[in-house]
Amino acid sequence: MQINGEQCTPDGKTVTEIIEERDLKKEMVAVELNEKILPKEQYDTYVPQDNDVIEIVQFMGGGCY
Amino acid sequence: MEKDSFKLGNKEFTSRFILGSGKYSVDLIKAAVNEAGAQIITCSVRRTNTQKHENILEYIPDNVTLLPNTSGARNAEEAVRIAHLARELGCGDFVKIEIMGDTKYLLPDNNETIKATEILAKEGYTVLPYMYPDLYAARALRDAGAAAVMPLASPIGSNRGLSTKEFIQILIDEIDLPIIVDAGIGKPSEAAAAMEMGATAIMSNTAIATAENIPLMASAFADAISAGRKAYLAGCGRVLERGAEASDPLLGFLR
Repeated sequence: MQINGEQCTPDGKTVTEIIEERDLKKEMVAVELNEKILPKEQYDTYVPQDNDVIEIVQFMGGGCY
Repeated sequence: MEKDSFKLGNKEFTSRFILGSGKYSVDLIKAAVNEAGAQIITCSVRRTNTQKHENILEYIPDNVTLLPNTSGARNAEEAVRIAHLARELGCGDFVKIEIMGDTKYLLPDNNETIKATEILAKEGYTVLPYMYPDLYAARALRDAGAAAVMPLASPIGSNRGLSTKEFIQILIDEIDLPIIVDAGIGKPSEAAAAMEMGATAIMSNTAIATAENIPLMASAFADAISAGRKAYLAGCGRVLERGAEASDPLLGFLR
């Protein structure tokens, strides 16, 4: 599977666990699963599978580069 | 002067200075809010691993409306995706459409912008499209449900001023939506000129971020925008095509 453009192997962790292991808080991120928004209430239960493409984003300064 | 406000979507604003995104710092946000009275601040949506983990929302006062942009989008589809993520981040349904297929001049792609505006306006977003000032594109954006149009003054980050002045004037005269002049404004005098022409608001970042004294420049922009707005409301005096006209009576001279 892929998280933010990086290849990784699914290890049974939920989306919440993946977010927390990156030192992030659920409230400050949005998650896309295979180009669709993953609702926040599914973070605790969804375990990413092989071939999933996950994007974890947040607001930042710096629009036009 | 009675309250002079404008509306975007269902929100009313009295400040005509909008802090664009780009060169961001806590100092810049403070200067924009405290010195220039900004009520809207733009931000972008990015992957969490591209920057150190700081939550910019902590620096932005609660009474400021966050305007996420779709920077990084190269077409309408990508812009819609970014807008969906921005709304999921939970700061409302304002979105600034920014679609650039070109990385040298960073010019907005009006056609893709119209497509994205139509999709997102139908989904209930308050859509503020950044655009190249073209009358037909602006009409299409209005028809697609845009809450305002945001024509560029000059290429992004250039500080080169109102190089599209005549075409922005056409939009002000013809498009019955707030016209927010975005990108390229480099000096307070240029902001004043755009406001005198009848622009609704000015979006700026680089002009202030790259100034030697950020708070002082933010304050100068606020003064200029206010002066230009008052001049527009007052109605500028006529310009003579030729010759002169005495402003004092031509009577009673000592001879």
